[in-house]
Amino acid sequence: MPKRHSLDAVIIGAGVVGAACAYYAARSGLSVAVVDRGPVAGGTTGAGEGNLLVSDKGTGPELDLALLSTRLWRELSDALPADIEYEPKGGLVVAHDEPTLKALRVFADAQRTAGVRADEIAAADLTTLEPHLAPDQAGGFHYPQDAQVQPAKAAARLLEASGVPVHLGEEVTDVLRTPAGHVAGVRTTRRELLAPAVVNAAGTWGGDVARLAGSTLPVLPRRGFVLVTEPLPRMVHHKVYAADYVADVASGSAALQSSAVVEGTPSGPVLIGATRERVGFDRSLSTEALRRLAGQAAALFPFLADVEVIRAYHGFRPYLPDHLPAIGADPRVPGLHHACGHEGAGIGLAPATGALIAATLTGSAPPLDPAPFSPARDFADHDGEAA
Amino acid sequence: MPHSTADLAVVGAGPAGLAAAVTAADLGLSVTLLDAGARPGGQYYRQPAPGLGAERPQALHHDWRAFADLTRRLEAHRRRGGITYLPHHHVWAVLPSGDTGSWTVHTRADRAAEAPAPAGAAAEATGPGGETEAPAPVIARAVLLATGSYERQLPFPGWTLPGVVGAGGAQAMLKAGLVLPGRRIVVAGSGPLLLAVAASLSAAGARVPAVVEASGYGGYAAHTAALARNPAKLVEGARYGSALVRHHTRLLTRHAVVEAHGTDRVEAVTVARLDRDWRPVPGTARRIPCDAVAVGHGLVPELSLATGLGCATRTAADGTVALALTDDLRTSVPGVWSAGETGGIGGAQLALVEGALAAHAIAGAARAAGPGARTAPAAPAASGSAASAAPESLRRARARLRAFADAMGAAHRPGEGWTEWLADSADVCRCEEVTAGEIREAVTDLGARDARTVKLLTRAGMGWCQGRMCGPALAALCGVPPAPDRRPLACPVPLRRLAALPADPS
Amino acid sequence: MTTPRDLVGGAPRTTYTLTFDDRELPAQEGQSVAAVLWSAGIVSWRTTRNGAAPRGVFCGIGQCYDCLVTVNGRPNQRACMVQARPGDAVTTQEGTGRAALDR
Repeated sequence: MPKRHSLDAVIIGAGVVGAACAYYAARSGLSVAVVDRGPVAGGTTGAGEGNLLVSDKGTGPELDLALLSTRLWRELSDALPADIEYEPKGGLVVAHDEPTLKALRVFADAQRTAGVRADEIAAADLTTLEPHLAPDQAGGFHYPQDAQVQPAKAAARLLEASGVPVHLGEEVTDVLRTPAGHVAGVRTTRRELLAPAVVNAAGTWGGDVARLAGSTLPVLPRRGFVLVTEPLPRMVHHKVYAADYVADVASGSAALQSSAVVEGTPSGPVLIGATRERVGFDRSLSTEALRRLAGQAAALFPFLADVEVIRAYHGFRPYLPDHLPAIGADPRVPGLHHACGHEGAGIGLAPATGALIAATLTGSAPPLDPAPFSPARDFADHDGEAA
Repeated sequence: MPHSTADLAVVGAGPAGLAAAVTAADLGLSVTLLDAGARPGGQYYRQPAPGLGAERPQALHHDWRAFADLTRRLEAHRRRGGITYLPHHHVWAVLPSGDTGSWTVHTRADRAAEAPAPAGAAAEATGPGGETEAPAPVIARAVLLATGSYERQLPFPGWTLPGVVGAGGAQAMLKAGLVLPGRRIVVAGSGPLLLAVAASLSAAGARVPAVVEASGYGGYAAHTAALARNPAKLVEGARYGSALVRHHTRLLTRHAVVEAHGTDRVEAVTVARLDRDWRPVPGTARRIPCDAVAVGHGLVPELSLATGLGCATRTAADGTVALALTDDLRTSVPGVWSAGETGGIGGAQLALVEGALAAHAIAGAARAAGPGARTAPAAPAASGSAASAAPESLRRARARLRAFADAMGAAHRPGEGWTEWLADSADVCRCEEVTAGEIREAVTDLGARDARTVKLLTRAGMGWCQGRMCGPALAALCGVPPAPDRRPLACPVPLRRLAALPADPS
Repeated sequence: MTTPRDLVGGAPRTTYTLTFDDRELPAQEGQSVAAVLWSAGIVSWRTTRNGAAPRGVFCGIGQCYDCLVTVNGRPNQRACMVQARPGDAVTTQEGTGRAALDR
């Protein structure tokens, strides 16, 4: 006879989004539990770089979510242990030529209207911020709100601070429903967890959980590679990337596009990341991704050409066809909530997502308009990617 | 300039790779043999550099004749063009060559670890940083991974002190450089290698006060059949045993070094008796002064390239992760074979047998694919004896040696209690200096259930060696069996090399 | 007292010297940097970047990267793998060995 518990909500997924949902739900006085078939941060969270970025987001609902998250991460950095390595280091976006710089100006002007701080940096002043940057840039923008956490540690510490029961290594085999079709909890390989609400925070595997619950969500994997160098003295001080990264995020093309985000870490290695490929769950190494990441990183920071890359890894970013996450109640299955599809921004967007989910679960006023993130929105008119 | 497509790329020139390369060449295949080392032989047949002028290198080896025969055949095939031998080539990835069905072998080459490379080896220009120009990738229709193994280490407090070295490492340094880490060397750990190491170190002039073996050799009794079918191995063991007696070395079975003492280098070790599960027995600790420790707990298959290709694995009798191979040494990935330690630790004799057996299988598969599938015409077998008679007797030898290896592996498999000697303050990850206490916190408080998550939460296993030294300990501290390592880059690669990879035309 | 050389006989083709920090060390043709250092009784030539702990050869076969050392100004060379050459300047490596980058 499986054990039974009565809870307010069950959260499926022990990544950073599930952890944030647990944290804010628990703080709202709800009784919740987290369940994951693997360990904490076993999916995309563990493969992330820990980007908390506003700089790469154009005006719109995702930027609003990112700005809220930026504030919440700052609060969390006081509440959680220092080993989450929260660093409000700021971002530096550089343009290698005048046309790109002009485009950046237009982009930044719009961002400012939404509350983003973006300071133009003249070409001659770039090396004040980044002494080892390649000298031949047209200029750039400094985004002081961009920040960084160590993602796996952040997820683990958020879960720990939430104080909720966490059932790891337990796959959810069924989402329980009442005869009327309302969610009633989940069945795992070891127990039943009874609750009138289930939160799907399964990231890249969110589509599977949605199906299990009798709904659909067109979450697809988008592979990203990260290169890790040998440990170095602090040579890169911000999150530094080339301007074409901004264009990538909203891109709908299936061809590989990459532009390196280069950053130093407190432990020494430089991380080089941000390829995006739509190749399903293919785990093989892509020499094309390696070539582009390495080439772009060396173009930004010439000293990198002579350092050793000691590791390469990939993750599968969960994306929805319109590149916005699904956050909130699923009207097709009462009691089912989604919190997934954050693509490459899940670490950054996690706290705001958790706060939104907590508000939905308690019926209190949401911290921002949740409508754009509705899981019931129409995905069909986005160039057929959902197929 | 890219190399022309070879029938077979062999990665690793140790016993398995050498045997495979010369046998495949005997059978008419064009072979490219890649190896990180300066000279063929791998770890087992490691030899002094020619410049050291050793008159009797065989004094440090067994089975030297088999090796001498292999190098002669390698030389002959190289002269005839059947084998392209590429020393100093460290393979960092093997990947499919697009949709051609062939494989691309990516390598790096460094400042030569040896004076002039042999004629015929790729000459490389040295770049400004001392690293060489990017070697052209090798393209081959089939790949044989003979990447061997490295030593399994179970940490203990003080194991990072200078003078504490791998048992196999001490032997390798002795064989290659004629040097010892100290004058009074405690040999410790588990496995048949320890006795061989103690004998070598003693013969070379070191005082070995004790060989500290965590298992009891009584474990062999459970496998008498496998032992009885391998009399040569018993003779070998007896020879080491009598060498120990001659050198006044104490053999302490069911004991372990549970701590090394010293500040700038090791000055003594504490040894304690172990129970059946390798738990230190309270009140049995004693101190042995020494100026070096040679420690190892058997070997671990080096599988980075294989797991990068998606080859299936299994848990071997000794508890390590090994490749799952068919009787003719195929991995689960079509076109990729493997021989030697990668399929489960089994020693040099088994590696020689498996290398030859794999070569026969690969040649047979190439024949079956038909002449239309090949561009290089297959020459008739160069030496009939090696080519024709072998496979059936090789298969029998393989079964016999594998059974013996499994018996040894089971007898020396670490007991679950060993982590009790690992105090919280002891470093487990040598590279990133992560302590046992930090790892235990990640497991008990933070939801890590496997070595990968421990790595994400603590950085253990994220450093230069990519978890090769601490991997078995991380798994043990998580209470799980070791998982296959995922290292898409099998060794560090200079960033400029990655930037210079050929662009994908698509 | 027996030595490894007694065991294998012969003599090196040439002998030469290299420097380790401010010491001059004898070397035999064909030895790795680590072998030259061990011959002189030196077992550590690096300090770690967190604990500043001394390190030298551990695995002896190029897998552990514990024996990293700076040779002729080039950091992070595996002493057990790199062939020593006449006139080499071997220096103790501190931390990442890359302090020179940030200048």
